[in-house]
Amino acid sequence: MAVATAPLKGVQRQRMTRQERRNQILGLLFISPWLLGFLILALIPLIMSFYYGLTRYDLISEPRFIGLDNYRRLFTSDPDFWTVIYNTFYYVLLGVPVGAFVAFLIANLLNTDIKGRAIFRSIIYIPAIVPAVCTAMVWLFLLNTQFGAINGVLKAFEWPTVPFLSSTSLSKPTLVLIYIWAQGSAVVIYLAALQDVPRSLYEAATVDGANAWNKFWNVTIPLCTPVILFNTVLGFIGAFQEFTLPWLLTGGGPAKSTELYVMSLYRNAFVQLSMGKASAMAWILLVIIVLFTAILFSTSGRWVYYGGEK
Amino acid sequence: MTTVSQTAPNTRIDLTPVPVLSRLERITGIAKYLLLFFLAFTWLFPLYWMVTTGLKDDSQIRTVPPVLFPSPMYWENFVGGWMRYNFNLAAFNSIFRYALPVVAFTILSSLIVAYGFAKIRWRGREFFFGLCIATMMLPWQVTMVPLFIIFKNFGWINTYLPLVVPALFGHPYFIFLLRQFFLTIPEELSEAARMEGASEWGILWRILLPLTKPALAVVVLFRFLWTWNDFLGPLIYLRDEAMYPLALMIYRLQQTATSMGNTALAYPHLMAVSTIVALPIIIIFIVAQRSFIEGISMTGIKG
Repeated sequence: MAVATAPLKGVQRQRMTRQERRNQILGLLFISPWLLGFLILALIPLIMSFYYGLTRYDLISEPRFIGLDNYRRLFTSDPDFWTVIYNTFYYVLLGVPVGAFVAFLIANLLNTDIKGRAIFRSIIYIPAIVPAVCTAMVWLFLLNTQFGAINGVLKAFEWPTVPFLSSTSLSKPTLVLIYIWAQGSAVVIYLAALQDVPRSLYEAATVDGANAWNKFWNVTIPLCTPVILFNTVLGFIGAFQEFTLPWLLTGGGPAKSTELYVMSLYRNAFVQLSMGKASAMAWILLVIIVLFTAILFSTSGRWVYYGGEK
Repeated sequence: MTTVSQTAPNTRIDLTPVPVLSRLERITGIAKYLLLFFLAFTWLFPLYWMVTTGLKDDSQIRTVPPVLFPSPMYWENFVGGWMRYNFNLAAFNSIFRYALPVVAFTILSSLIVAYGFAKIRWRGREFFFGLCIATMMLPWQVTMVPLFIIFKNFGWINTYLPLVVPALFGHPYFIFLLRQFFLTIPEELSEAARMEGASEWGILWRILLPLTKPALAVVVLFRFLWTWNDFLGPLIYLRDEAMYPLALMIYRLQQTATSMGNTALAYPHLMAVSTIVALPIIIIFIVAQRSFIEGISMTGIKG
C-alpha cells in the first residue's frame, strides 16, 4: 500500500481511501506524544516567554505589562548587559573556532597510521562525558593559586604563580582552554568523517603527484566541510548556552569577567526573580542564535563541499 | 617499523632513494607518537589528579612540588567524603528518581514517535518531522522561565516531576536517531506482518523492537549520561538537600567545604566523591565503547 499511494496522489487529492485515512489517523496518533510535548513544552512556553518579556513579573504579584521597557533598559541602561554580551562573544568566538581547529587536527593525527588509535581516542573523549561537576572540581583544584598542581610546579621552580581563574585578564582564556579540553566528542565525529573519505581519492591524488599537504588541503578538508559546518553550528549553539562549567569554576567572577549570558539569565530569573527581564534576555539569545546559524548556513555555499549534489 | 613495511608494496613507482624516505618517515613517526603522548597526558592528567588527590591527606596536598604518587594512600577518604553528606540518598535520587524514569520514558515515547515518522505514510509527516528537528535548535533558556512558572503552578517545585515528565513526550535527538534507524529496516518485513494481520502497534513492539537494539543502546547510554551529568535542571527545580542528585550534592559539598575557608580534608573528600560519581560513566564508556562512538558519529550528539 505504501507503494500504491504515490501514483494516486495527484489524481485523487481530497478523496483518501479507507486505508489512507486509517494511516493518517494512525500516523498522527503515533507522533501525538511528541506533538503534545511540542505544544505544551515548546510552543506555548515560547509564546508565554515572549509575553513575559513585555512585563515586569516577580512571581509574587501578577505580571505587569510594560511594553518594550525590558529590552530598552537592557540595551541602554543595564550596566551588566554589555559586559555579559562581550564575555559571551569572547568565549564563543574564541572557543568554538579554536576548539574545532584543535579537534580537527587531533582527529587527523588519530587518522594516520598509528597503533592504539582506539585507546588514544578514548582518552581524548572521556573528559567530554565525565560529569561537568566532577571536571569542574578538578580544574578548580588544579588551577588553585595556593595549592593547585600547576602553581605547585611553578612554585617548585620559584617562578611566580599564575592566578588562572582569579584574575580578570586570565579568567576568560582559562575557561576557553577548559572548553577545548572537553571537545572530545568533536574529535570522535571528525575522526569518523575522516575515515569515510574514500581511499581511492587519496590514491588518485598520489598518482597525480600530490604530496601530503596537497592531499590534506584538496581532498581531506573539502570532503570534511559538511561535518565541520554541522559541528560548528552545534558548537556555536552550545557555547552560547554554556552554563555549568563556568558557573562552577568562577561563578561569573572575578569582577564579572566570566559572567556568561546564560549565567546572567539564570541569576536574573532565579536569584533576582526578574522573570520579565530574564524572558527578554532569553528572546535576545534566541535571535542571536538564529542569526548566527543563518549566517553560517548562508556562507556555507562558498566553503562547504557537497559531494556530487551541486 | 610498521609504517615502513606497510608502505613498501606501494613504493614501486616511487623513485626516491629508500633509506632517505624511511629516515624521514621514522622521524615523523617518532614526532607523531611524542605529540600523541603529550596530548594523552594533557587530557588524562586532570582525571589522574582527581583520583590521586582523593587518596591524599591535607599535608600531601600542600606539598611543593606537588605529590605525583600519594604515599601513604588514604582510601578511607572515599568513605569519609561519601559520608560527609548523605551521598547514598543522592545516589538513590540520581538513579531511581531521575535517570531510570527518564531513560524508560524517553525510550518508550521516542520509539512510538519515531515509528510514526518512519513507518507509517501520512500527509504532513515530513512537515512535522522538520518541525521536530527544528526544535533541537531552540535554546531551552527561552522556555525555561514559562516552564518554571507552569510547573510551579502545578506544585511540582522540589519534586522530580518537572525533570522526568517531559521525557514522556519524546526527545527530538532520539526520535531522529530511531527514525533513521527504522528507515534502514526493509519495508517488506512490516508488509509481511501486515498481511498476517498484525497492527502497526504490534509491528513496532514485536517485529521492529528486537531489531532496534543497537540504536536503543545509544539512546539508553546518552540519555543516562545526560541525566547523570545534569546540573542545571536539578539546580532550578530542587530545593531540599534530601532531593539532591549526585551532581548537586557535590556542589553542596564544595560550597561548604572549600568556599568558606577550607575545612579538614576538603579537597581529598571532594576529589574522592567526584571520582566515585565519574567512575560509573567511565566504566559504562569502556564497556559500551562501540555504541558510544557509533552514536556520536551517527548523529553528531554531543557527549
